[in-house]
Amino acid sequence: MKPKYLPLTATIVIFVLSYALCAAQYPNILSTRVIGNLLTDNAFLGIAAVGMTFVILSGGIDLSIGSVIAFTGVFLAVVLDNTAIHPLAAFALVLLITTLFGAVMGAIIHYLEMPAFIVTLAGMFLARGMAFVLSIDSIAIKHPFYGTMKALYYKLPGGGRITLIGGLMLLVFAIGILIAHRTRFGTDVYALGGGTATAKLMGVPVGRTTILIYALSGLLAGLSGIVFSLYTSAGYSLAAVGVELDAITAVVIGGTLLTGGSGFVAGTFIGILIQGLIQTYITFDGSLSSWWTKILIGLLLFVFILMQKGIVYVSRREQRHA
Amino acid sequence: MQTIGDSLLSATRIDKVFPGAKALDKVDFHLRRGEVHALLGENGAGKSTLVKCLTGAYRRDGGTILLEGVEVDPRDTFNAQKLGIGTVYQEVNLLPNLTVAENLFLGRQPRRLGLVDVGAMNRQARALLENYELDLDVTRALDSYSVAIQQVVAIARAVDLSGKVLILDEPTASLDAHEVEMLFRIIRRLKARGLGIVFITHFLEQVYEISDRITVLRNGQLVGTRDTATLERRDLISMMIGRELAAEIRAAREEPDVTGPVRYRFKDYGRKGHISPFDLDVKAGEVVGIAGLLGSGRTETAEILFGAHRADSGTAEVDGKPVQLSSPRRAIAHRFGFCPEDRKTAGIVGDLSVRENIVLALQARRGWTRPISRTEQNRLADHYIRALDIRTADREKPIRLLSGGNQQKAILARWLATEPEFLILDEPTRGIDVGAHAEIVRLIEGLREKGMSLLVISSEIEELVAYSTRIVVLRDRQHVAALEGNRITADQIIEAIASANERGAA
Ligand SMILES: Nc1ncnc2c1ncn2[C@@H]1O[C@H](COP(=O)(O)OP(=O)(O)OP(=O)(O)O)[C@@H](O)[C@H]1O
Ligand SMILES: [Mg+2]
Repeated sequence: MKPKYLPLTATIVIFVLSYALCAAQYPNILSTRVIGNLLTDNAFLGIAAVGMTFVILSGGIDLSIGSVIAFTGVFLAVVLDNTAIHPLAAFALVLLITTLFGAVMGAIIHYLEMPAFIVTLAGMFLARGMAFVLSIDSIAIKHPFYGTMKALYYKLPGGGRITLIGGLMLLVFAIGILIAHRTRFGTDVYALGGGTATAKLMGVPVGRTTILIYALSGLLAGLSGIVFSLYTSAGYSLAAVGVELDAITAVVIGGTLLTGGSGFVAGTFIGILIQGLIQTYITFDGSLSSWWTKILIGLLLFVFILMQKGIVYVSRREQRHA
Repeated sequence: MQTIGDSLLSATRIDKVFPGAKALDKVDFHLRRGEVHALLGENGAGKSTLVKCLTGAYRRDGGTILLEGVEVDPRDTFNAQKLGIGTVYQEVNLLPNLTVAENLFLGRQPRRLGLVDVGAMNRQARALLENYELDLDVTRALDSYSVAIQQVVAIARAVDLSGKVLILDEPTASLDAHEVEMLFRIIRRLKARGLGIVFITHFLEQVYEISDRITVLRNGQLVGTRDTATLERRDLISMMIGRELAAEIRAAREEPDVTGPVRYRFKDYGRKGHISPFDLDVKAGEVVGIAGLLGSGRTETAEILFGAHRADSGTAEVDGKPVQLSSPRRAIAHRFGFCPEDRKTAGIVGDLSVRENIVLALQARRGWTRPISRTEQNRLADHYIRALDIRTADREKPIRLLSGGNQQKAILARWLATEPEFLILDEPTRGIDVGAHAEIVRLIEGLREKGMSLLVISSEIEELVAYSTRIVVLRDRQHVAALEGNRITADQIIEAIASANERGAA
């Protein structure tokens, strides 16, 4: 097998094994109902993680995601509460804002040659601050259209439901996979992760690609914010704190190298499922503290980073003596 | 004189200023259709800079570029590619994490319905590589192949991109003789098709073999353009270095006497899959030259001696006492020094200054708790900048801004600064210009006379003959012959490599 598939394979194996373990203990976990809920509960995280995958593949990082999600929620709540604008128009508006927000961060990273870490950290504070400026209270969204959308679902055999937002996440993943592996932009993203200077000499439009990557991440963070507001029916400026870290975790567990250039969008999906599975298990168990989710995920993350180091080491050695 | 008709790429009065250095000063360069044009000059002369200005990788500060008589202004390398200019840059050229096919077609992948047609791309990639006698799995990541193969892939990409002009900046540095031959065949084919080819190298034999005309740069200025056929070699060299070269390399060997004690003794030393067990004694004041074809185990020998890979058989002794050389740290503690071949990846720390790069190894050996004083650092840096003729505006310049050959010299300085007693040099003169070449040869002799033990790997047999007191010949990862005294001649070495090969074939 090619070394680049090793982390992904490991992720899949771990997922299947842990799923089997859980199922052995709680056969119910196999029901479509649980699966449907798992997708719904993690929809916003999954959508944001797709954007994060592109950013990390390119060798960058986007810390602003959680704040952008909160901003989006508050923005929607305030707009729908105070104006007669239709939710769909509000969605379009907020997506435009978050996409531009991402694009500006990308432009700063590229043109001012600043580290993505710093720029998106500033973006994180800025977006959170904007949310506070709009409102410091948690505002409920009571627009009837929200009710209509929440009632939309596709019924699976066995009583499970793929809700609108769960389905949206699946769609985003599918499109993400297509973009990553079947477009020139996708290859350019991997190229940046392989080395910006070399990519530039090879004719990759580095500036444009960087801006597009962060714009995409902003767009998906906005979409994730919309999904989050549908999920919670509220907007609150303190919501979604640390979601960027959960997204990074999903990406890394999914087998993408933090240094960029290697990984798969599909891996991130598995990463999301693993996190969801751990949560589900802990809910099923009932006696475990929810902190166990964090502890298990932390351990898993650690194991994965070690494994990636090992794989990089082994493939280096292979190459030297090829 | 030249007419517009046969001029393919014309650059006039190109200027390029870097902070603290004028890299190009009103340089003219004219490339004709169907010619191979060698661009020569010492390290730091401005060759790579000129190429980058032509391809838009750098913005030039002045001058005009005409392509087929029409003024062009490539904004970036993508733009230059579209104009039909394909380039292999001196730096690492391709992306190790992408597949071979993606590297070949990056930015111009075949598409169907807006999506990249991976099947078609892989097919085209395989077809392309057939011309280069390469049968690779094009869906594998590029870094699963050796540096030489990567270089051929880079060339294949550039050739495929070059509708009109092909620029090769030191493409042969990591190729063996066979691969160079293949490259030359391809160049001749492209030349017959009317392409203009710019070829940068420090191998003068290759210049005379392949080029039609030669342009020489020195310190960012044009020295002149000549026809290769009528330019004597020594005239070319003096054009390059701006003075008469006394003797390129000492012609006759004087017999150095090595009567010192054996200081380093390796018995049955080896590592499975790397190098078969060998015996090696090195005396004080001795230079052991390592000869052999690419891939014969030369670098592996150096790595195992230095502890970069642990030996799994045999013993090592320093001054009669057994030692464990299980890591480079250990080796350094026994005053070993190793200047590796792959300077691009194993050598420089780009953002650190020349001074910092030079003192790095010495500082590491002393431990970070005992910093070297700034005055001492300055003294060391200045000493080696002078001794090795490192061309840099000053010692505080970030090393990545130096030309490739000057970076190489700085790495050499780094190891010399540690005052090793056993110094291993892997291809110390590769990518270094003729002037510095002679200096390095002199330097090796000077170190030997001071009683240092050296082990030098080189593909340049003449050079080995000049400084070695003993030559070990390698083949198929085995030490197969040793030459000493008056048996050290170029003919004998070549014969040893060749007969070893015959035995290998038998
Ligand atoms: N990005 C840069 N910033 C500042 N100075 C630079 C930069 N690139 C090159 N230089 C300087 O410009 C000069 C010309 O360098 P260039 O790389 O063109 O040399 P070269 O002729 O290709 O040498 P070599 O044979 O060693 O590759 C050198 O003095 C170098 O230090
Ligand atoms: Mg150069």
